[in-house]
Amino acid sequence: MPAVQETVDRVKRIDVDQYRYGFETLIESDKAPKGLSEETVKFISEKKNEPAWMLQWRLEAYRRWLTMTEPTWARVDYPKIDFQDLYYYSAPKPKKTITSLDEIDPEILKTYEKLGIPLREVAMLEGVEPKPGEEDPNRRKIAVDAVFDSVSVATTFKAELKKAGVIFMPISEAIREHPELVQKYLGSVVPTSDNFYATLNSAVFSDGSFVYVPPGVRCPMELSTYFRINERNTGQFERTLIIADKGSYVSYLEGCTAPQRDENQLHAAVVELVAHDDAEIKYSTVQNWYPGNSEGKGGIYNFVTKRGDCRGDRSKISWTQVETGSAITWKYPSCILRGDNSSGEFYSIAISNGYQQVDSGTKMIHLGKNTSSRIISKGIAAGKSQNTYRGLVTAHRKATGARNFTACDSLLIGDKCGAHTVPYIEAKNSSATFEHEATTSKISEDVLFYCIQRGLSQEEAVGLVVNGFVKDVLQQLPMEFAVEAQKLISISLEGSVG
Amino acid sequence: MALLEVKDLKVRVEEREILHGLTLTVNEGEIHAIMGPNGSGKSTLSHVIAGKPGYEVTDGQILFKGEDLLEMAPEERAAKGVFLAFQYPVEIPGVTTMNFLRTALNAQRKARGESELMVPDFLKKVREVSKSLNIPQDMLKRGVNVGFSGGEKKRNEVLQMALFEPSLCILDEMDSGLDIDALRIAADGVNALHSPKRAMVVITHYQRLLNYIVPDIVHVMSKGRVVKSGGKELAQELEESGYAQFEDAA
Ligand SMILES: Nc1ncnc2c1ncn2[C@@H]1O[C@H](COP(=O)(O)OP(=O)(O)O)[C@@H](O)[C@H]1O
Ligand SMILES: [Mg+2]
Repeated sequence: MPAVQETVDRVKRIDVDQYRYGFETLIESDKAPKGLSEETVKFISEKKNEPAWMLQWRLEAYRRWLTMTEPTWARVDYPKIDFQDLYYYSAPKPKKTITSLDEIDPEILKTYEKLGIPLREVAMLEGVEPKPGEEDPNRRKIAVDAVFDSVSVATTFKAELKKAGVIFMPISEAIREHPELVQKYLGSVVPTSDNFYATLNSAVFSDGSFVYVPPGVRCPMELSTYFRINERNTGQFERTLIIADKGSYVSYLEGCTAPQRDENQLHAAVVELVAHDDAEIKYSTVQNWYPGNSEGKGGIYNFVTKRGDCRGDRSKISWTQVETGSAITWKYPSCILRGDNSSGEFYSIAISNGYQQVDSGTKMIHLGKNTSSRIISKGIAAGKSQNTYRGLVTAHRKATGARNFTACDSLLIGDKCGAHTVPYIEAKNSSATFEHEATTSKISEDVLFYCIQRGLSQEEAVGLVVNGFVKDVLQQLPMEFAVEAQKLISISLEGSVG
Repeated sequence: MALLEVKDLKVRVEEREILHGLTLTVNEGEIHAIMGPNGSGKSTLSHVIAGKPGYEVTDGQILFKGEDLLEMAPEERAAKGVFLAFQYPVEIPGVTTMNFLRTALNAQRKARGESELMVPDFLKKVREVSKSLNIPQDMLKRGVNVGFSGGEKKRNEVLQMALFEPSLCILDEMDSGLDIDALRIAADGVNALHSPKRAMVVITHYQRLLNYIVPDIVHVMSKGRVVKSGGKELAQELEESGYAQFEDAA
C-alpha cells in the first residue's frame, strides 16, 4: 500500500476523543436565565455588585451589539449561532465570598488538580517561604488565577504580589477595588464597538484577570490564569486587562481547557494590554479547548480579540501562543506600536487535526517612529483540518523607519488538510522595510521513515519532526510551559499519520 | 542459523514487479557486497528489509535470526538490530543531532525492555565515537544533517551505527558523493565496527568502495535477482568487464 494511502487511512481513524481534559465536574451552579437581553446584562452586573458606571458601559455595548452582524471574512465554516439559546452567566454554588482555598468546593479543586494546576500546593508554598539562598531554582513560583465558568474561584500569591505593589486579581474585584484604574484602561485598547464578539464580550463579560504593575517594578513571578468552561450551553466571556506602567515588566500565561461535549460551546474573550514607556509585557497562551470528536462533533468556538497597545516609547509587547484545541479558532493577537522605538512580537504555533478550523494570525500597526515588529508563525495541519494564517502589517504615514520581519511556515500532515497564508501589507511611509517569507511543506515520508528506521514509532517520529519545526517558537515560552507545550503538541497529533 | 535469510523474494512497487525472486543468505560476522547497475533493485531490497512503506511483498520470505521479519513493524526491526545507512540521509531541522541520537537510542532500548541510558553514560559514548569518526562536537548541536556536507552526513550514519550496535548493517551506496578522504574516514569507521557478531551488507555500484571495506562474498544483482555470487575477486572482475555480461543472465 503506498505510504500516502496508509496515512489517509490512519487519519480516518483519528481519535481526537483522546482529549485528556474532557471530564465534567458535577457541581451546582447559579445561572442567569437563558438568552440575551438588557435584563441579562443587568443580572450579571448585579451579581457582580458593580458600580453604576460599569452597568452603563455594558448596556451601551449591548445596544451597540444589537446593530452589528457576525463577521464572515474568516476561512471558517460553522452553523449559525443562536445567541438566545445560551446561558451568559454561570457561577459555582455556594456563592459566598471566598477568603481561603478551603472554602472552595472540593470538586472544583479536584478539577484543577486533574488539570495539573496545583492551586492548593501553590497556596501552601505561601506559608513556607524558603530562606534566601535555599530556594529551589527548579520550582519557580507562579501565581495562579483560576476562572471556572464565569467566575474566578481562586487567586494565589496575592499577598506576596501586593508587597511588590503588583495588583493581580479577578477583574470583577478590580472593578470594585480599583475603579479609577479600570475606568481609565478598560476598552482603551479594544473599544466596546470594536467587533461583533468584542462588543458582545463588553456587554456580558463575567470575569477574568486584572493586572497592574507599578512604575519600575519587575513582577517577582510569572502570573497565570487558567480558564475552564464546565457548564453546558454556557458561553464564556472573560476579560483580561494588563497594565505595565513605566519601566515595569510582567510575564503572563493563560491556559484553557473544557469538558468534552457534543454541542459546541462559545468562548469570546477580550484581552487588552497596555505598556507605558520602557515597559514590557510578555503574554503566552497555551490554548487547549476541546477540539470536537473524530467526526467533527462538539468543540469550542473560540472567537477572541487580543490586542496590545505599546503606548509608551521603547515599550515592548510580545505574544506567544500555542493553539492546539477548539473546533474553530478566530484569533489575531495584535500590537499597536504607538510609542517611538516600541516593538511588537508574535510567535505562534497553531496545530489543527480532525475537523478543526483555525484562522489566526496577527496585526502589527506601526504608528510611532522606528518601531519594529517580528512575526514567526508555524501552522501545522493534519486530518481534515484547515489552518489559515492571516496577518496584517501596516506603517502609518508618520512611522518613519518602521521595520517588520515575517516568517510563516506551514506543515501539512496527510493530504486531506489545508494550509493557507493570507498576508496583508500596507506601507504608507517609504522608509518602512517589511520582509515577508512564507513556506509550505508536507511532512516527508522519507523523514518519517528515517526516524522509524532508527527505532521511533510513527507517532514519536511525527512528534519529533513537528517539535523541530516549531522550535523557534517553543523557545519563546517560559521554560516550564515549553515542556508542557511540547507534550501537548505530541498529544494533539496522536493518530495523525499512519 | 543464518543471521539474515532472504528467500525467493518478490516485491512490487505500484503494480510493477521490481524484485523477481531474490535469494540471499548472510551469516554473523560476514561482509557481503551487493553490486549491480542502476535500477537493478539494490535499494529496493534494502528498503524492504528495513520495512519502508510503499512496497508490496507478493512472494517469498525474510528471516532475521530465524524470525519472520516481514511481520515486524519497521521500528521493531530497528530495535532487533537491523540498521540501514541511507544513501541520502534526510535533514530534520530544529531537532539537534544529540537529541535525535538519544531519542532513538532510548526508543530502541525501551522496545527491548532495557532501561534508558543515563545521560552521562550516553554523552561519554557519543564523545568517544564521534571523536574516532572525526565528528566535531558542534556538529552534534546542529539540526540532524542540516547544513552537513556529504561526508558529514555519511559519518553521521556511521556514528549512529556505532551507537545503536545493530547486528545487521546495510549500507546503501555509502561512497556516493564522497571524495577519497571522506570515503576513507567513513570506511575506517565501518571497519572498526566489524565484529564476529555483526554482519555488513555493502551495496555499491562501484568497485572503489570495496578497496576500503573488503567483502567476504560479492553478489551481482541484475533486474531484480542475484545472478552471480563469488569471492572478492568477483568485484575486480566486474570492474574490468562491466555489468553487460550479466544482463542476459537475468
Ligand atoms: N517508489 C518507486 N516507485 C516506482 N518505481 C520505483 C520506486 N522505487 C524504485 N523503483 C524502480 O525500481 C527499480 C529498482 O530501483 P532501485 O531499487 O532504486 O535500484 P538500484 O538501487 O539498484 O539503483 C527501478 O526501475 C526503479 O525505477
Ligand atoms: Mg540505489
